[in-house]
Amino acid sequence: MDAVILQILNGLDKGSAYALIALGLTLIFGTLGVVNFAHGALFMLGAFCAVTLSKIFTISYETIDPVRKDFLGNPLKVETPYIFDWFGPDVGTAMIEWSVPLAILFSIPIMILVGLSMERGLIKYFYKRPHADQILVTFGLAIVLQEIIKYFYGANPIPTPAPPALTGSADFGVLLGFDAGSIIYPYWRLVYFVFAAVIIGGVFAFLRYTTFGMVVRAGMADRETVGLLGINIDKRFTIMFALAACVAGLAGVMYTPINSPNYHMGMDFLVLSFVVVVVGGMGSLEGAVAAGFLLGVLESFASMGEIVSLLPGINQIIIYLVAIIILLTRPRGLMGRKGVMEE
Amino acid sequence: MAKFNPGFSRRGLLKASAVAGVGLAAPTVFSSKAYAYTNEPKGGTVTLGFNVPQSGPYADEGADELRAYELAVEHLNGGGDGGMMNTFSSKALKGNGILGKKVEYVTGDTQTKSDAARASAKSMIEKDGAIMITGGSSSGVAVAVQGLCQEAGVIFMAGLTHSNDTTGKDKKANGFRHFFNSYMSGAALAPVLGKAYGTDRKAYHLTADYNWGYTTEEAVRSSTEAMGWETVGAVKTPLAQTDFSSYITPVLQSDADVLVLNHYGGNMVNSLTNAVQFGLRDRVVNGKNFEIVVPLYSRLMAKGAGANVKGIFGSTNWHWSLTDDGSKEFVKSFGTKYGFPPSQAAHTCYVQALLYADAVERAGSFNPCAVVEALEGFEFDGMGNGPTLYRADDHQCFKDVLVVKGKENPTSEFDLLEIVEITPVAQVTYAPDHPQVAGGSLGKCNPGA
Repeated sequence: MDAVILQILNGLDKGSAYALIALGLTLIFGTLGVVNFAHGALFMLGAFCAVTLSKIFTISYETIDPVRKDFLGNPLKVETPYIFDWFGPDVGTAMIEWSVPLAILFSIPIMILVGLSMERGLIKYFYKRPHADQILVTFGLAIVLQEIIKYFYGANPIPTPAPPALTGSADFGVLLGFDAGSIIYPYWRLVYFVFAAVIIGGVFAFLRYTTFGMVVRAGMADRETVGLLGINIDKRFTIMFALAACVAGLAGVMYTPINSPNYHMGMDFLVLSFVVVVVGGMGSLEGAVAAGFLLGVLESFASMGEIVSLLPGINQIIIYLVAIIILLTRPRGLMGRKGVMEE
Repeated sequence: MAKFNPGFSRRGLLKASAVAGVGLAAPTVFSSKAYAYTNEPKGGTVTLGFNVPQSGPYADEGADELRAYELAVEHLNGGGDGGMMNTFSSKALKGNGILGKKVEYVTGDTQTKSDAARASAKSMIEKDGAIMITGGSSSGVAVAVQGLCQEAGVIFMAGLTHSNDTTGKDKKANGFRHFFNSYMSGAALAPVLGKAYGTDRKAYHLTADYNWGYTTEEAVRSSTEAMGWETVGAVKTPLAQTDFSSYITPVLQSDADVLVLNHYGGNMVNSLTNAVQFGLRDRVVNGKNFEIVVPLYSRLMAKGAGANVKGIFGSTNWHWSLTDDGSKEFVKSFGTKYGFPPSQAAHTCYVQALLYADAVERAGSFNPCAVVEALEGFEFDGMGNGPTLYRADDHQCFKDVLVVKGKENPTSEFDLLEIVEITPVAQVTYAPDHPQVAGGSLGKCNPGA
């Protein structure tokens, strides 16, 4: 039983990332009708916002330590971050240690700007083009973004740890009446799950309870009619693109302590996120979130030793297998709307 | 009576036969005289092909390999401070190129994909006239390119490749490996692990699901089980896996007290990070502290995993903190030119370039078969790993192996590993027909042309 609980917990944090990316993909598809293959790259850009802020905090000046030597036997150059001088060593250290949570604030304007630039500068020219063209151009854009990041940050993963107060793990075994140490779960993954729930809840609340959100939902249902009412729906959809970019970016920022970010991390999530969107139902925000968590948990269970020994290789195909079954039984996905992606 | 008229005369037939005979013989005649072997250098230069990952996940490692090759070319042509040429036991290299020909080079991008690596090596051989191909950061790539070089008739000096198979069942007469292998990692690590953690341990292996992962798991299992450890679990993980949490949690459920991560590159960075996140290093199982082992370390991986590597044992081919004369010369040359110490990938590539050049000088010919003869059974020193043998049976270098540990208090971003033990070569030497490397055969050297 404790193993089952552990795999559910594992699936929740993985599902959180899938759900956040799939939510953004669905927002863009539902509003603009664009299949955005650059969405994984936005997740990656968010992660590198955290890396960048960490690097900004550690911009240093050099002093020579005549006692210690470097690898060539020369006096060692000691680097001291400027923020140590500006704010004192204690505050400076805390800023560096808390750079990932602080990067949430740092990344929001950047991701909104990136989203607006992408939509206005490139994607708007592909609204009336076939989906194949949209996929090609956004996939190309993803590769360009990846290569830019690789040029500046290299190909190696960059460690971006969580604040010391949030490292370590909680022992749920004791809390739930199992043996101590039987259900261990890292604090940061809990933070990630809660953060994802807050963002998802925020997006849904925004769409449901604000006038802006209601207009957007109306536009998603019937764009032409909303336009005929004199509402500039295109402008609102552009803002929604920026919001979706921001959601993907925030998912990336908070993911950095889980796995060291590298330029390719967006691609690792992209394909699975599209499967999540299709399983959830094209255009369905609720479906994207539900499918994200469902597939995350299923993937986690499929990796259990007992399951793999019974069905070798199941861990690598489970998501696609479930996608096939769901699409055969429910062609529109779990919560797909009639008329979306249908002739 | 009708007269038989074949349409050509006897004289015409003889003429045609003579022309056809010359025509058929021509390729053999010209090739045997004009090209004794593939890409025989005719002018004042010789071209080497550096096939390294310039894109993809190992691009940083590939960049370091390329830096090392450029340094080697500089030294071979008489530039710089000469680096390891000053300490190399063989004195055949004079700093005037190779056999008096200036060394030039072309580069290819393996992308750490076998087909791309073969295509770039083929292009360098056929279009650029490369006489030797070297480099790479993957065993899959090494085996693929080695096979191509064997067919094409050029020498392949492998870069970073650790699988037993490169000089085991996939060995080729035209291929040579300086880097150590999985067997050697297992043989070097086991005694150190036994000393540090005891001989009564239960190990759980997570293994990357490809050739290198299998040979590394086999080597570490075999050497640790021989000293008394029990293997309680071994699970293969997909190569594309990024989050290993679902593979780590079964470890928590088992009674294992050691986790062996047979992962490399991004896999290792992520699996180690995940294992530490799940508090494995804080656990006490069977009355013992839980431990993690990473059989193959690289500095770039250690950098990616950050503080998570502290105190974790692994093995490595070479480390810049070695204090022998050869290592010091190389670190000085590389560090002065590039501003930071070289990685083990850079070291093995630099050494391979020099070893090839030296073999050509000693053989007095670029002919691959002469080079093979010069390298087989070649004993040398002064290249950073102590006395070394290029064994004739499998073209594998036998030398000391380093057991390292993640440093507790690093002084810089390069100072991440500390040497725990230099395992003597005798301890990591195995018979050519050892079960872990058995199969395959070198075959005959192919000069091509």
